[in-house]
Amino acid sequence: MIEVRHLRKAFGAQQVLDDVNLVIESGTASVIIGASGGGKSVLLKHIIGLSMPDSGEVLIDGQNLVGLDERQLLKVRKKFGLVFQMAALFDSMTVEENVGFVLTRERTLTRAEIDRRIARVLDLVELSGTQKKKPAELSGGMRKRVGLARAIIYEPEVVLYDEPTTGLDPIVSDSIDKLIIRVQQELKITSVVVTHDMRSARRVGQAISLLHKGRIHVTASPADLFASSDPIVHRFVNGISDDKQITFTT
Amino acid sequence: MTGLAKNFVVETVDFAGSVGRLVGEIVRALFVSRIDWADVVRQMHFIGVKSQSVVLITGAFTGMVMAAQTYFQFHKVLMDTATQAVVNVSMSSELGPVLTALMVSGRVGAAIAAELGTMKVTEQIDALRTLAAHPVDYLVVPRMLGILISMPLLTAEAIFVGMLSGYLVGTLLLGIDPAYLWHNGVRYTPIVDVYAGFIKTFVFGGIIGLVGCQKGLSCPQGAEGVGKATTEAVVYASIAILVSNFFLTLFLNRLLT
Repeated sequence: MIEVRHLRKAFGAQQVLDDVNLVIESGTASVIIGASGGGKSVLLKHIIGLSMPDSGEVLIDGQNLVGLDERQLLKVRKKFGLVFQMAALFDSMTVEENVGFVLTRERTLTRAEIDRRIARVLDLVELSGTQKKKPAELSGGMRKRVGLARAIIYEPEVVLYDEPTTGLDPIVSDSIDKLIIRVQQELKITSVVVTHDMRSARRVGQAISLLHKGRIHVTASPADLFASSDPIVHRFVNGISDDKQITFTT
Repeated sequence: MTGLAKNFVVETVDFAGSVGRLVGEIVRALFVSRIDWADVVRQMHFIGVKSQSVVLITGAFTGMVMAAQTYFQFHKVLMDTATQAVVNVSMSSELGPVLTALMVSGRVGAAIAAELGTMKVTEQIDALRTLAAHPVDYLVVPRMLGILISMPLLTAEAIFVGMLSGYLVGTLLLGIDPAYLWHNGVRYTPIVDVYAGFIKTFVFGGIIGLVGCQKGLSCPQGAEGVGKATTEAVVYASIAILVSNFFLTLFLNRLLT
């Protein structure tokens, strides 16, 4: 279980996270939605220990990440896979070197077994045969799928997705959504998806949390959230902006 | 002006602190992590083998110009055959280590900062951390070992080529007697100058590697950040090499003589 308690984080004068409280049960698919620049990715980085809060706690199966040093965090992170917004593939490596990175470094499996697992996971993300390609030869959607393959090959307990469909066309976005659901169901993992794509949030999430002004404004099932009469929720899920008087001066 | 001086002091202390922490983490990594020797060899190839042409050219022409200038002065007092000794001592203890370090700083220090900086701004360093790989273990340690092994070899090459080219200029172009030039060269080149140069080259290698890695790992966001980190890596390392060379010369002179 992932538990975030009273998390606060500021960058300079900007308070990005302001008393965030969140519980994510094991084996569920949770979605965190919120405005662009609202701190969703920052929250995700705190959950995996890539950033440390100004105050508050992040508990992973009861273990508080706050205060651990980088080498202690490395052990905790073995429970996690993170799919980055821009994929963050190692550009000097091929697809198979990227995907097999963890297994190659652990040196517990034979080369043949590592290759077999790479082939299997690439098949899962529908990228069979791309082993020898470099990231620069792949499209944006393919890079995200390679990033997903790299994150799930060592069968983590939790997979975090940072804006998995941002910048992709609707068809590729749909395929990524299906992939997240498929990975969730086949590997029985905990999924945490950060997005501002409402269609994706509705399809993927079992619980959706809205991050608003640095706090979790509400957590609800997709059906309840999209039917909510709360003005903040209603405006966000339906994409209604502030009515502003626009004047043109000469 | 006071503000500028204060900023300079704060930035210098902050930078020194970052480098100190990095050194601590490298030492820790040497004990707790497994060294990827294949990567160390790859780094030695990049740092050592691929720097040879620039280092050899630097060494050769420095030796040649040293021989010519020394001869022009010594010839006035009929000390032509002492030319090689000046070339040997200068190349061994000062010019060989310092100029090799400056050339390697420009080529390798900049490349390390640019590579790690690009990895930082494209979140590849964060990706490493999420894949349970410590950036110091995976990126810094192989580069540091690679440069610490390569630098003495590169410097030895530069010194040897510098002495040889100085000797050839002296004998073939300036008409100095080859036997006396060689004899005086060997006789008046103390071995402690060679030891001093050898010790300096380790320190300079460490400076180039540490500054390049620190600037890359702390690179600000964006393309501008990578450019800034790369420039600063070369400037900071070059200044540190020149300043430390002065103090090393004084210290090693006391220590070795």
